[in-house]
Amino acid sequence: MFFTMISLNINQKLYEVDADPEMPLLWVIRDLVGLTGTKYGCGVAQCGACVVHLNGEAVRSCITKVSRASGQKITTIEGLSKDNDHPLQLAWNEENVPQCGYCHSGQIMSAAVLLRENPTPTDEDINNAMAGNICRCGTYPRIRKAIHLAAEMQKKKGAEK
Amino acid sequence: MMNFNLKRKGKFYRSAAILTVLVCLVMVMAFGLNTTHHVASSTTPLIIKKDSLASVKAFKEVYRVLKSPRCMNCHPSGDIPLQGDDSHLHTMSPKRGVEGKGLFAMKCANCHQPQNAPGVHTPPGNPNWHLPPADMKMVFQGKTPYQLAKQLVNPKQNGNKNMQQLIEHADDGLVLSGWNPGEGRTLPPISHAEFKKAWITWIKTGAYAPKK
Repeated sequence: MFFTMISLNINQKLYEVDADPEMPLLWVIRDLVGLTGTKYGCGVAQCGACVVHLNGEAVRSCITKVSRASGQKITTIEGLSKDNDHPLQLAWNEENVPQCGYCHSGQIMSAAVLLRENPTPTDEDINNAMAGNICRCGTYPRIRKAIHLAAEMQKKKGAEK
Repeated sequence: MMNFNLKRKGKFYRSAAILTVLVCLVMVMAFGLNTTHHVASSTTPLIIKKDSLASVKAFKEVYRVLKSPRCMNCHPSGDIPLQGDDSHLHTMSPKRGVEGKGLFAMKCANCHQPQNAPGVHTPPGNPNWHLPPADMKMVFQGKTPYQLAKQLVNPKQNGNKNMQQLIEHADDGLVLSGWNPGEGRTLPPISHAEFKKAWITWIKTGAYAPKK
């Protein structure tokens, strides 16, 4: 194991961290940078609690080495919007989606990729996009409802511009 | 008048210079294209020495490898990859997508890293992890030896590969990763060297398909 200085661009802010290049990105984000919105679930890319965006893709940070993210654009739940006003965040509030809330930063980050690539998702699209995000509380019906609502909000916002 | 002639001469030289540059550019491009073509076809010409018995015998070994979970799991009959030594449907049901790289938040590279992840039951890795694309699924699952042999040599079903490219495909990074599957996964039934030998033998003896 050796440590080295690694440059990271997280939520449009530059960080220099002294880390083992093999260290999972999640460890760096939470323990070294201090952004704790992203959660540790399974540690083996099976649950989706740790999803962050790496160059816009919904990667699982528990299994992604920090070296893969070096110099790349990382977005965590804290950086999804400036004032927690991403349509998904608003819809999540509106529908009271979370129960315990532990998995929801991962859920929202995955849903954000879906809405970016498919602004009007069907139920099947939502299934295809969200099947890798597990919710122990079983809030799936509300997650689906909130994604549809966010899609509406996004559409309205686009029309207003 | 003299001034007029000078202007005309100037125009002539300028046009000639532009024309020369254009001709040179075309030549360079043509040469470049030709070079690329030459590189692509610079390998030793493929010599086929037809021998149906040897070919079918070699394909038997090839088939064993292609039907092993390490190869077949990414050549499923449906749009969901397979997993494990029992080739069950991949947990989380990730879908193929148009390019074979997944859909939305469920793209292969979101979990599958450039290298194998350490530990049992962690995602195996490769920088180019993907399924065949939706417009050419190259299915191995459920195919008989006859069907698979026919499919493998048909450019409309094998990723547009000719025989030479098929031979080279034995050393493709994703093919090789079958022999580096990560912890807890069985290897294909023979070594990569043995597979490559059987693969090349099959092709160079005529790529015969076993009987139906």
